Amino acid sequence: MNNVEVTAKKKREPLFHITKRSAIDWKVSIGIRAVAILGALVFMTIVFLFLSDENPFVLYKSMFEGVFGNSMRTWILFSNTAILLGISLALTPAFKMKFWNCGGEGQVIIASLVSAMLMFFVGDSVSYPVLVVLMLVSSLAIGAIWALIPAIFKSKWNTNETLFTLMMNYIAIQCVTYFLKVFGNAQGNQEPMPQFALPKIFGDRYFLNILLIAVICILMFVYLRYSKHGYEISVVGESERTAKYVGINVSKVIIRTMIISGALCGLVGFLLVANGSCAITTTITGGRGFTAILVSWLAKFNPVYMVLTSFLVIFLQQGTSYMGDIYRLDTSMADIFIGVVLLFIIGCEFFINYKINFKKPSKENKEVAK
Amino acid sequence: MIITFLVSAIKFGMVLLFGSTGETLTEKSGHLNLGIPGVMCVGTAVGCAAEVIYFEACGGKLNMIYPLAVFIPVIATLLGGALMGLIYSFLTVTLHANQNVTGLAMTTFGVGISKYIIAVVDDYKFTAGAKFFRMSILPFSDALGDVGKLFFSYGILVYLSIIVAVLVSFILNRTKVGLHLRAVGENPATADAAGINVTKYRYIATCTGCAISSLGGLLYIMDYLNGNWEYVIDAIGWLCVALVIFTIWKPVFGIFCSILFGVFYVAAEYIPGISLSDKEIFKMLPYLVTIIVLIITSIRNKRENQPPASLGINYFREER
Repeated sequence: MNNVEVTAKKKREPLFHITKRSAIDWKVSIGIRAVAILGALVFMTIVFLFLSDENPFVLYKSMFEGVFGNSMRTWILFSNTAILLGISLALTPAFKMKFWNCGGEGQVIIASLVSAMLMFFVGDSVSYPVLVVLMLVSSLAIGAIWALIPAIFKSKWNTNETLFTLMMNYIAIQCVTYFLKVFGNAQGNQEPMPQFALPKIFGDRYFLNILLIAVICILMFVYLRYSKHGYEISVVGESERTAKYVGINVSKVIIRTMIISGALCGLVGFLLVANGSCAITTTITGGRGFTAILVSWLAKFNPVYMVLTSFLVIFLQQGTSYMGDIYRLDTSMADIFIGVVLLFIIGCEFFINYKINFKKPSKENKEVAK
Repeated sequence: MIITFLVSAIKFGMVLLFGSTGETLTEKSGHLNLGIPGVMCVGTAVGCAAEVIYFEACGGKLNMIYPLAVFIPVIATLLGGALMGLIYSFLTVTLHANQNVTGLAMTTFGVGISKYIIAVVDDYKFTAGAKFFRMSILPFSDALGDVGKLFFSYGILVYLSIIVAVLVSFILNRTKVGLHLRAVGENPATADAAGINVTKYRYIATCTGCAISSLGGLLYIMDYLNGNWEYVIDAIGWLCVALVIFTIWKPVFGIFCSILFGVFYVAAEYIPGISLSDKEIFKMLPYLVTIIVLIITSIRNKRENQPPASLGINYFREER
């Protein structure tokens, strides 16, 4: 081989090449994520240096204060974490099946709407326990129906579920604005009806949310990991053809899973109204239906990790908005902060799934170098 | 009455046309960018901020002159959108991140950034620029009565949206670049084997698509809303994503579809005697119609009406 050919070859050799990892040590994968979060914090620190005269570390300290400053804030943190976790858990079985249910927002909202409507229309005419049961059952049912509609079309004609569920969100929101225009007060809001709220456990609203979602979290973990249904879901998610081959009725699994997914969203919607605002607004979910998708994905669809990821998101949200209030940064800082952290974590997945192999100079190249 | 209705519908339709043309271009490369709402928010906010800077630089409303007052925000919007597209494509193309998740995170991020920008700048300063966006560029619009109003009375961005849609359609269907791009979206492995640089095509298509989409937001704020900021651009972004399906990935077809969407969207305002609540029912129509189209295209299952075959799937050369 003459020298010209070798140099030409040397030039074209890439610096590194990428291979897929088959397995990764969990310590390494946690380390990579920690580096990503650290990177996001460094990035935000630089941003804060530009936007605010305060020392960034003072800002971070105020974030902790906003979250753990007093017991009230901490309870709000856990309660909000529970709600977000609830929606994420609801979406998870669908995601495991590779059914992109982006309709969590709509499924929660429509269930909240039905709860609020029942409060409004039949609240005075039936006894309290009947009303609560009625609200619970119809919330679960409407959530399930809202999820079932895209599922039927997906299983029958393979209609794109991502876009279908997204559109269902906006229909649900429009239903709420319609309801508010018809039955709302002059400002276009529904008067809260706290007389129909769920009873307080230990004198507080937050316990019930936390307790209920914790139970659902454990149940969901068991359901996905140890039940036959959970197994079927993962097979369908891995490969529909394999599922068909081993005799799983794919459309049945899709429809069944989406009913569960939607009903759980319905439960969260019920909690938001009956154990929260006691009235419906268009912003009752505050975009948590979308955030839940990220939470679920970040946790690799594992209900236990999801506790951590939903906590992280709510921590950032609550901490940043408190910090923004104190140091007169705009409230939008919370969205930006969460966005940056999420984008960093999403980016770091690459280093978990793939390995970068740096090219060692080959023998021939070394000889040329000599 | 009917003329003002149509004019308003067409204007709103062109907002959606920008968004859907951009998203179509991105999707043709095989990337389903659900970050479009966020991208549009950022692009628009950057454009408005640029108008504010121009306002301050030339020392007030009276010194603003026609081409510059439009040109500067448009360029800024294009750059802002392209930058967001760059982040998205870095994550999904280079780092193989999940497209749905990245898109949704981009939306959270983008909405936050746009809120921040608008909170920081003085909004009356970009409102001052709105009249330049609304100014009819064609001199004979008044002379022709209703016809003139219907066809020639719009600001420059409305015409630009149609030109861009036709141009994108031409590039996609009639040029070599378009052929390559479609190949990348249909089957990246084959395209790669044929010597097409998949990464390059995906990057360029996504960034260009995002830049084009962002103009929709600018048109909405500066022209349709007369320079008043409103936090609905993300909802419009989702409508654009819906419109892409409605147009079955054909930008020229999109011109008519977007006007139809515009008609649905603004119809409620122009129906005499309609109650406030019924208006909300009308606003549901674009979403309902999209769902119906989604279902019909999936049932008919015609080959030419399908989304790009590898839409939403990242390409990794060593995977098989």
